[in-house]
Amino acid sequence: MSKTNPADRLYSKDHEWVKDNGDGTAVVGITDYAQEMLTDIVFVELPPIGKKVAQGEPVAVVESVKSVSDVYAPVSGEVIKVNGELETAPDLINSDAFGEGWIATLKLADTDELKSLLSASDYDTLIKEEKH
Amino acid sequence: MDYCPHTKDDIAQMQAAIGVKSIEELFADIPQKFRFRKMPDIPSGLSEQETIALMSAIAARNQMPRLTLTGAGAYVHFIPSVVSHLVGRSEFYTAYTPYQAEISQGILQAIYEYQTMIAHLTGTEIANASMYDGASAMAEAAVLSAKMSNRSKIVAARSVHPQYRQVLKTYCWANGYTVTEVPCATSGQLDLAGLHSALDESVAAVIVQSPNFFGCLEDITPIADAAHAKGALLISGFTDGTSLGILKPAGACGADFVVGEGQSFGNPINYGGPYLGIFAAREKFLRRIPGRLAGATVDKNGKRGFVLTLQTREQHIRREKATSNICSNEALCALAACIYLAALGPNLKTLAALNINKTQYLKSRLLQIPGWEEVFSAPIYNEFTICCTDARVVNEKLQAEGIIGAYDLQKDYPELKNTLLFCATEMLSKNDIDHVIEIIK
Repeated sequence: MSKTNPADRLYSKDHEWVKDNGDGTAVVGITDYAQEMLTDIVFVELPPIGKKVAQGEPVAVVESVKSVSDVYAPVSGEVIKVNGELETAPDLINSDAFGEGWIATLKLADTDELKSLLSASDYDTLIKEEKH
Repeated sequence: MDYCPHTKDDIAQMQAAIGVKSIEELFADIPQKFRFRKMPDIPSGLSEQETIALMSAIAARNQMPRLTLTGAGAYVHFIPSVVSHLVGRSEFYTAYTPYQAEISQGILQAIYEYQTMIAHLTGTEIANASMYDGASAMAEAAVLSAKMSNRSKIVAARSVHPQYRQVLKTYCWANGYTVTEVPCATSGQLDLAGLHSALDESVAAVIVQSPNFFGCLEDITPIADAAHAKGALLISGFTDGTSLGILKPAGACGADFVVGEGQSFGNPINYGGPYLGIFAAREKFLRRIPGRLAGATVDKNGKRGFVLTLQTREQHIRREKATSNICSNEALCALAACIYLAALGPNLKTLAALNINKTQYLKSRLLQIPGWEEVFSAPIYNEFTICCTDARVVNEKLQAEGIIGAYDLQKDYPELKNTLLFCATEMLSKNDIDHVIEIIK
């Protein structure tokens, strides 16, 4: 059973979350539902600091015992911080996808893009449909 | 029954679906003058006996050299017959890369052993199952360094094989990266001061080769330190793989990637190929390296077995992200290297020493000829650069005696006039070398 999707952040249809820090930066990760689908995560390929990504472009790669998936940037921006802990403990995404399992912090290129994302309740509906 | 891939109805349906009236219309874009119209006159078939006679006559026109004094990236070594006997077994001998790999435990075990030997010889933790050749292995390491660091500049020593640098430039050009070259010092090694001035925070990797193209050994540790100080990686190549038997491995000198040509290990010189790309790296790059990896595991009964592992980036679930796709049977070249290295064992060091001895003898004899001079002062392995009075005449004299002469460096380094790159392996006897000197002087 997935954890509740926190209401303090926004979601993409590709199962990424983005938490607006309110200072022009935002933290990005994948949702608990996504980690559940991927199963045990064994490797996270983090982006180099300074990499610029457009909304919808791959920003990281998550490899589980089952598959390898791109993590798409839910918003455009420049990578200013990455979660280096994931290099040695990729399973942090499994245990705490919304917290310690964060992937990167982006400097937002266009805060308007946040409007295109889903609220927690919209995202709840989306995954309920996917499960059926 | 004739082989019939499509019936007339099939063809009519397909044409209707894409809106063409005839197959001919599909070729309308190709100008008529380039179209194939008439079969050339090919005589009727020959009997087996006649075919063998014809082909033997053509083969007899090949000039097989008695001796070879050129290395420059391709090295003549003695290949024990166990190599061709085992490689030629039907379990291994196919033109295509082994698929359904887990069924073929034998080839997987051989690849695993090859990887282990290469990691040991290069002083690294991991090696992949091989690449196409030394040049593409080097270029892959450069592209990977740039991708991982988000930096766009590669710095390469000018003493790296000129053709390797061309391949490197092609790969970098296609990826939007630039290549800067660092000149050589009078020793024949990379100029450290030049390296320092070429290095900045935009450099993803520094590339050297040791032995380098001039035969000189590079002092890798300070080069690695300089690269690392700027956050760049060090890619270290080599020329003749047998040098790994005696030299301190680049991996032990701080190299992040060790790449090079593995042809010397049991693969003959054969009109340009096939070659064997050695690619070894630090363990932290395990999930980023190109190509495939064989790994050891246990089956459900606890017995040791082998699998292809961590190969997500090639041919499988992420093949759209792959930077290489090795389809022809490079594994066969890797297998030859594996058998060769297993057959030699610790004698690889003896072989390397033999190469050094022969080379030092050839070099000392050549330097006795009036007008011949040493060009570089750095220590060498089995190749060296020497200046003579007329490089062209020397090679013509040798060729007339059925000997492939030395490599004329002026083609690649215009400033090195009448400068030859000689190579001596264990294939040259003392008598051979004395004979070469008689011809030249």
